[in-house]
Parts: sequence; structure tokens; C-alpha cells
Amino acid sequence: MHTTSTSATLDDDQPLLMSHFDDLEQQHDASNLGMWFFLATEVMFFSGMLAAYAIYRSLSPEAFHLGSRHMHLWLGFANTLVLLTSSLTMALGVRASQLGRRNQVVWYLLATAVLGIAFLGVKAVEYTKEINHHLFPGKHFVVPADDAEALMKVSATPEELHLNLGRFQMMFVLYFCLTAVHAFHMIVGIVIVLIMAELMRRKWFSGHGTTQIEVLGLYWHFVDVVWVFLYPLLYLID
Amino acid sequence: MSVPAVVVEDPPEDYLQEHTLKSWLLTTDHKRVGILYMISVTVFFFVGGAAATLMRLELMTPRGDVLATPDAYNRLFTMHGVIMIFFFLIPAIPAVLGNFLLPLMIGARDLAFPKLNLMSWYVYIIGGMIGIWIMVFGGVDTGWTFYTPFSTMFSNTMVVTAAVAVFITGFSSILTGLNFVVTVHTMRAPGMTWFRLPLFVWSHYATSLIMILGTPVLAISVVLIALERIFGVGIFDPALGGDPILFQHLFWFYSHPAVYIMVLPGFAVVSEIIPCFARRPIFGYKFIAFSSVAIAIFSFLVWGHHMFVSGQSMYAGMIFSILSFLVAIPSAIKVFNWTATLYKGSIRLDTPMLYALGFIGLFTMGGLTGLMLASLAIDVHVHDTYFIVAHFHYIMVGGTVMAYLGGVHFWWPKISGRMYPEFWGKLSAMLVFVGFNLTFFPQFLLGYLGMPRRYFEYRPEFQVLNVMSTAGASILAIGYVMPLVYMLLSLRKPPNAGPNPWGATGLEWQVESPPPVHNFHDPVVVTCDPYMYSPEEAERDYAHDQHVRNA
Ligand SMILES: [Cu+2]
Repeated sequence: MHTTSTSATLDDDQPLLMSHFDDLEQQHDASNLGMWFFLATEVMFFSGMLAAYAIYRSLSPEAFHLGSRHMHLWLGFANTLVLLTSSLTMALGVRASQLGRRNQVVWYLLATAVLGIAFLGVKAVEYTKEINHHLFPGKHFVVPADDAEALMKVSATPEELHLNLGRFQMMFVLYFCLTAVHAFHMIVGIVIVLIMAELMRRKWFSGHGTTQIEVLGLYWHFVDVVWVFLYPLLYLID
Repeated sequence: MSVPAVVVEDPPEDYLQEHTLKSWLLTTDHKRVGILYMISVTVFFFVGGAAATLMRLELMTPRGDVLATPDAYNRLFTMHGVIMIFFFLIPAIPAVLGNFLLPLMIGARDLAFPKLNLMSWYVYIIGGMIGIWIMVFGGVDTGWTFYTPFSTMFSNTMVVTAAVAVFITGFSSILTGLNFVVTVHTMRAPGMTWFRLPLFVWSHYATSLIMILGTPVLAISVVLIALERIFGVGIFDPALGGDPILFQHLFWFYSHPAVYIMVLPGFAVVSEIIPCFARRPIFGYKFIAFSSVAIAIFSFLVWGHHMFVSGQSMYAGMIFSILSFLVAIPSAIKVFNWTATLYKGSIRLDTPMLYALGFIGLFTMGGLTGLMLASLAIDVHVHDTYFIVAHFHYIMVGGTVMAYLGGVHFWWPKISGRMYPEFWGKLSAMLVFVGFNLTFFPQFLLGYLGMPRRYFEYRPEFQVLNVMSTAGASILAIGYVMPLVYMLLSLRKPPNAGPNPWGATGLEWQVESPPPVHNFHDPVVVTCDPYMYSPEEAERDYAHDQHVRNA
């Protein structure tokens, strides 16, 4: 096991140096770089689904336009604002930890978590509405009558109509996949934020936990940025 | 750097000293995690090998006789592929030798994230357990490629469970890659500049980039397969507006680069062995270093060469064909540089060198037949025949497994502190080489003559070549079991290797064998380039030895 060796001073402000690092700067850089590369992994994870989205949308633009009209534009917009605010509170939390203001960090983290939960709440409302309108893909998916009519107009043959109706559902498949994976990342983020807040309250970290909070901040901002891309792609096609 | 005498605060305790099970299962020492991986990949290698043995027995005769049903054969080759690729080849060199050596080679005390490193092993084991569970309780029959729509709509085997296993295991390689990249960036000892890094490190760096950027795409494609099977929403179903080819694109976007996850670490090992046993500085250091990175980049641009007959457009096919030819350039650069390193060297043919030379030959064969397959016209003819099977086994087995065994022999004295018996080592290397060629060369001919892969029966005129192949496989099996036996037996003796039995350069050889817990006693400062070998000196030593012996 790697024990943490006590560094030169027992000063609480100074982070402990793990025994396999040479100095604090190296330790800090390694943590940050690690998170950046992890985020690169995450980008690729989302880009698989976004590739599917790009291909199907370019093949059947009408179906995606019509599908997008069923998204709850204003709920999505409210959620965008909620997430951007949470990024602000997270950034303030990081700043506070750099300045060594432990109590402030706890409060900012809690605010971030509350905003994250609010986002998930709104998302749940959206999902419920969509499921009630039979827009959840699968057996009970129903293409709304006027959309079916509109697709009829743009399709030259019965086969093309059939394809377009399928692509209309595909829009919702991708919508639910992308937003659910995003929501999963939010849940993970909220849990970690809450754990970190509690650990900060208990003065668990040496050196005010600056590195840990910074790395968490990177993750949180990333998840927000993903939403900033998803919102226009899914809600604002029309 | 010389090895100092005993330093007071750092007792000369090696990393193998503690014996409790707990000390192994909770270790964060990169060397011990490497050993944990070594044990587990060996188990999976022999499990996957057992599946291969049954397949070769079945294929000894044109009729199906060994296995009860063709279905059993389908499950067998799927498990052989899944286990060998995801549970042996991908982790083999990086997670065993890479874990053990990377920090030692750059003068660090451990990887940047020791706990993540241990976690990656647990993640791997969880994935592996699910894999074994699938094998015991039903199996999968889709082939390791999980092609849609068969995997999503028709196969009634444990596809979702297999998707979960692959998904989970993917994270272990992401964690390994992440750890390596960050370690190379931040943990190099003073003086260990990028161009003083051993080529082993460069290759692992390139491998790690592919692991980080490619594996998540595989993860999402198997997630989509699972979703499609559970909900039937039509992501890959043409009847619902989906496209089965999309899966092939996503899958090969990872799985072609995965070929380089498997073979770049092989390059890493060979780049260390060749200069040491030729006693010459590596020829074209920077070319080899940058060609690794070039391969990592190119590897993401060629996935379409798996889909020449899948209905992609002719122009896409042409572009992927040309790009695939381009990948051959950095690979060839390496082969030429290794060969040039041998020129005027003072060559010693110990076991690791035999494996490394075998690697160069077999990898070249695999690479050249790869160029044939990258040509549209030939690929249409031999697609899904034994020609492909032979081609990728020349890369994966002739390349990666040879390199892995070479590496294990080369660093066994460092890892265990013991020498393996040289005679048996050479014998096993020869058996592996002969057995391998006897197994797989006939498969090139079979494929060219038109025998399709993945069938448990075949036309009678193919029998002679199939019997040759099965005979070769039995020789190969002996060649693989031998190192397992003599290496385990070598552990019964006390350590006898000494710090540097090969007279190799590189920081890992400057500490005692097995290395101390924290790798180095003194802070490491690097002052010279890697591979400072001198063939003249080696020749003088050799002449001197002969003189003494004759006198
Ligand atoms: Cu390929």
C-alpha cells in the first residue's frame, strides 16, 4: 500500500505528497492531466452516438425536423440555464478552494448539487410527458397523426414513407439514448459532488482539497458542455 | 547510475517479499499489479487455446464429428475470439510488461495513479468472470465481431451478457491507457527527455492513445447492441429505418485500431530486445518513435477496409484501400530499422532474440498479406475465407504472442530474479515458430482456394491442408505449455539472475532483480541516450571468453 508521507511541514494548508510523486506540482499536474484524458474518452463515447445522429438526420432531415417539434423547448431552455448556473457555482467552488475557504466550498458544492437535481427533475417531467404522448420508442410508440401526414407528403413511395416513419422513431431513440446517457453522467456527478461536500465539511482533504475540487470541476463543466451541444441538436432543429 | 550499497531508510526488500494473499489483492505496486495481470492473462490464454484446440480437432475431418452440432462450433469460435482478443491480446503486453516496466524505464517510483491501476485489474477480472460465466452457461454464437442484424435480431444466445463483459473489460484498458499517458507526461525522471525514452515507452504511449480514444467507441457500440436487443427500437434494423452497416462502422472504428493496441506493444518489446542482442544502438531511433505515433493516428482512418463487401460505396472503398496502404509505411519503417540494427551487430541468439527474430519474420508475412487484403480486387476474392484467418493470426499470434513470449523471457530475470533454462527456452521458441507456420501457412492456401471461415464442415479436397494445420497446432500447443512449466519450476530456486544478466542498458536493469518496492534507492538522474551498446566491445569480450575457454 502506498502510504502518504508527511511532507516538510504538518501545515494543514499544504497538500500531502503521495510517496510516488517528487513534488506537489507533479502530483497536481498528474491529476489534472488524468481528468483531461478521461474527458477525451468521454468525448469519444458520446461521439459514437452523435455519429449515428448525424447519419440518420442527414438521410431523413424531414423526420428529424418533425420529431424535434415534439421536444419541450422551454423546459429544455430552462434546463440549459439551470446547468449553466451550476457551472457557475462549481467554478466559484473551485475558486473558493484555491483561496482556502473551506466553508464556502461546501456551500457552493451543495448549490451545484441542488441545481443538478433540479435539472434531473425537469428532465423527468419531460420524459413523463413524452412517454404519455406515446413517444417512447418501442411497442407502444405512435407516430402522431399530423406528423404521419406530413411525412406522407414528402415521401414519394410507400417504402419511403415506411422508412421515414422509422426514422421519426429513430429521432426519439437517439434523443432518449443521448439524454439518458447525459443524465447518467449528471447522476454520477451529483453523487460525487455530494460526497466531496461531506468530505470537505469533515476536513478530509489536505491542502483544502484544491486538486480534488478542480478535477471534479473539470468533469462537471464537461457534462454541462455536452448538454450545451445536445440542446440545439435535439430541441432546436426547427 | 551505479547501484549503491544498503541505504539505511530504504531496506533492500524486494517487491515480492510479502506473501499474504491480502498483500497481493490490495497492492498498488505497479510491479505486483503486473504480476496479477500476468497470472490472469495466462489463464485466459489457455482457456482460449483450449477452444482453439477443439476447433482444430473438429476441422481435422471434412465432416462434423468431434462436436455434436454446428451450433457448438459457432459458440466455440466466438469464445475463442472474444477471450483471445479482449482478455488476452489487448491486456497481454501493456498490462503485464507495460505495467511492470514503464515506471522503471522512466525512472519513476510508480504509475501516476496506483489505485486506478489496481482497479483496472479488478474491472478486468469482473469482465473476465462474466466471460467465463457465458462460456459455462450457454455461450455466444455471433463471432467476436457481434455483427448486426444477426446479433440483435436472430441470435438466441447470451449476446447481452457478452456485450456487458466487453463493455466492462473496455474500462480496464481505458484505465491502463490513461495511467500510462499521464505517467509518461508527468513522471519522467530528471534528464529523461522524450528522445531519451526507451522505444518501449514510445510504443506504449501510442498504444495508450488508441486505448483512450478507441475503446469508448467500442463501448457505445456494444451498448447500442444491448439496447437494440432489449427494446427492439430499430437502431440497426432496416425495417424500422435503422442500418446494420452503422454497427460495422462503429465496431471497426475501434476494432481496427485495436489491432494496433495488440501489435504496437509487440513493437515495443522487439525494439528493446533487438539492440540488446545485436549489441548495437537502435538504428533510426526517431523514425521508430514517430512511426508508433503515426500508426496510432493512421489506425483511426482505415476501418472501412473491413467493409469492402458490406455495401459501402465504391469511393469509400477506394479511399479506405489507399489509406490502408499508407499504414504499411510506418510499420515497414520499423521492420527496416530493426533489420538495419542487426547489420554489423554482434548477434547473440538467446531465447528472447529468437522470439524477436521470429516476430520480425512473421509480422512481415502478416503485414504483406495485409496489403494484399487492402487491395479491393483481392479482398473481394478472399473475403471471409481462411486467407483472412491466416493473415490476422500472423499478426496477432506470430506478432503479438511471439513478442509477448520474447518479452517475458527477456524480463523474467528482472521480474522473478531467476533465469529460465536457456536450452528449454530455445527449444520452445523453435517449436512455437515451426508449429505456428505449420498451423497457419496452410490456411493461406485454404483461403486462396476458397475455403470459407466459420464453418464446421468443408469439402473433402481441403482435408490435407487442414490436417497439416491441426498437426501444427499440436506442436504450437507444446511450445506454449513448455515456458509455463519451466518458468514456474525456475521459481523454486533462489534468485540467481543478478541485476543485469543480458548486459542491457535501460534503467530497469540498474536495480537489483527483483526490484525493490520503490524501484530505486537514490533519485534517478538520466545523463545519456538509450541503447548505448557497442558491438566492438561485445566482440572483444567474446574473443576474450573464447581465449579463456581454449586455454
Ligand atoms: Cu483493419
